[in-house]
Amino acid sequence: MSFPTGASAVPAIEVDDLTIRYGDHVAVFGLSFRAEPGRITALLGPNGAGKTSTVETLEGYRTPTSGRVRVLGLDPQRDHANLVARIGVMLQSGGVYTGIRPLEMLRLFASYYDNPADPAELLDLVGLADRQRSTWRSLSGGEQQRLSLALALIGRPEVAFLDEPTAGIDPTGRQLIRRVVSDLRSEGVAVLLTTHDLDEAEKLADQVVIIDHGRLLADATPTELMQTSDTHEVRFGAPGELDAGALADRLQAPVTEVSPGEYLVGASGTPTLIASLTAWLAEHDLPLGDLRVGRQTLEDVFLRLTESASAAAAVDTDESGSTSRGSRRTGRSRRSRG
Amino acid sequence: MKAFFAQTRTELMLSLRNGEQLLVSIAIPLLLLVFFSLVDVLPLPDGVDKGVQFLTPGILALAVMSSAMVSLGIGTGFERQYKVLKRLGATPLGRSRWVGAKITMVLCLLVIQTLVIGAAACALGWNPGGTPLLAPLAMLLGAAAFAGIGLLMAGTLRGTLTLALANGLYLVLLLLGGMIIPFDQMPGPIGAIGRLLPSGALSQLLQSTLRDGAPSAGSSWLVLAIWAVAAPVAAARFFRWE
Repeated sequence: MSFPTGASAVPAIEVDDLTIRYGDHVAVFGLSFRAEPGRITALLGPNGAGKTSTVETLEGYRTPTSGRVRVLGLDPQRDHANLVARIGVMLQSGGVYTGIRPLEMLRLFASYYDNPADPAELLDLVGLADRQRSTWRSLSGGEQQRLSLALALIGRPEVAFLDEPTAGIDPTGRQLIRRVVSDLRSEGVAVLLTTHDLDEAEKLADQVVIIDHGRLLADATPTELMQTSDTHEVRFGAPGELDAGALADRLQAPVTEVSPGEYLVGASGTPTLIASLTAWLAEHDLPLGDLRVGRQTLEDVFLRLTESASAAAAVDTDESGSTSRGSRRTGRSRRSRG
Repeated sequence: MKAFFAQTRTELMLSLRNGEQLLVSIAIPLLLLVFFSLVDVLPLPDGVDKGVQFLTPGILALAVMSSAMVSLGIGTGFERQYKVLKRLGATPLGRSRWVGAKITMVLCLLVIQTLVIGAAACALGWNPGGTPLLAPLAMLLGAAAFAGIGLLMAGTLRGTLTLALANGLYLVLLLLGGMIIPFDQMPGPIGAIGRLLPSGALSQLLQSTLRDGAPSAGSSWLVLAIWAVAAPVAAARFFRWE
């Protein structure tokens, strides 16, 4: 398959001071970011953070309450007819006739575009060549997602919007989707991926835009985000409920179990400290899971950012009289990180 | 045009592949025609001696209702529920080609139904009379009216609710529409109401255009024309794509 290459001067996606309200509820507030051709931009946030509202505005489904959005320099609603020929959309679920077979659906969609990709080739690319006789309703969730991805790519889009492309999919299907999405980069496609799966954003994205409660929390590359400002910490994984007190005495530094089986040592990760840590584990015949020094995972960053945003939002809502929204969001963000 | 033809072909293929839709649009009308033509239990209008003479126009009216309202409505309702319409909105297909494909699909179904029912009726000894050239016009008006009702349901209700309501409405409009039970055999007020329904107006028109000696149905043209305009306008006004 070949896709249009070449980065034009116009950013693929521009979001400027976007606000979306539904009645009293503010879904997105003052959000600004850009996405470039040949790059995968992950729009990351807990459920209800405003990701889908943002993407659906870019796709032309929703009207911004205020602010401005452009895709390939075009207004998604006013220039809708021109824009749809140049974008590809993968909805979170559905979007396909339940009684249709994969190749029939791809051929139908191919007929909408002037220069479509080859349906059979694309079907093969997403690993569904052997499912040609099945109708959509008899495909597994992962197979349905892969067909949706193929449908998003059939028109050789310049911008691809992928809404939670691997949600609820088995590991094999997830790997396949990631590989296909990753290859779009070299074709010059701008990919905007929404996800609450941090692992996915970390593995796939060139740029990560983190939002919560509709507000921008961070916009940076994964590496930038993960470089911690505070290097005075060492994180390691080991069996739960080990004797943190004894270990702290040995290391001369505080040790806390931040989540089951995940420990934080409040000290610089010097070779001496690491040597003491591993020696102590060896003496107690304990396995070492992972070990991180001076580098956070995207998950650490994400939780820190979204929790402080939730706390701020909880204060906001308490002051305005309605309560508990912020704390409920925090709960959701905790659940959604696995 | 490539997109329009592909869309029409897909719509038609999916309707013909769907067992429930075939049951409603072909099997049930055919079964009613054959059964009540052979088993002499239904009351017939005054002056009609053979059941098939009265039943065939009514069953053709039923066929229009089943494909334009039930099949189209339920199919579109589920396409909306499963976000197919939303997804199509982000492609270059466009609404006018989509609507055009739906209309063409219903017209193709009507041709198939008319051929099947007409052939069965002829085998049962049907002898068309009246002014048959006007019958297609009545069927087209009926199709517009029923399609409007079907799409109004599909565009405003959940898929499952559309399914239930379309089937319920089908039965009510069938019984009150003079398709199987003649109006002159119904209590006066019910017959009067029935004649104002789209099913009643269409069956009256098909009786008068396909059967010698049927009462003339001038006012039914007006009733059906009003339905054929009002229902699609309401559907266009209230239809929600998501």
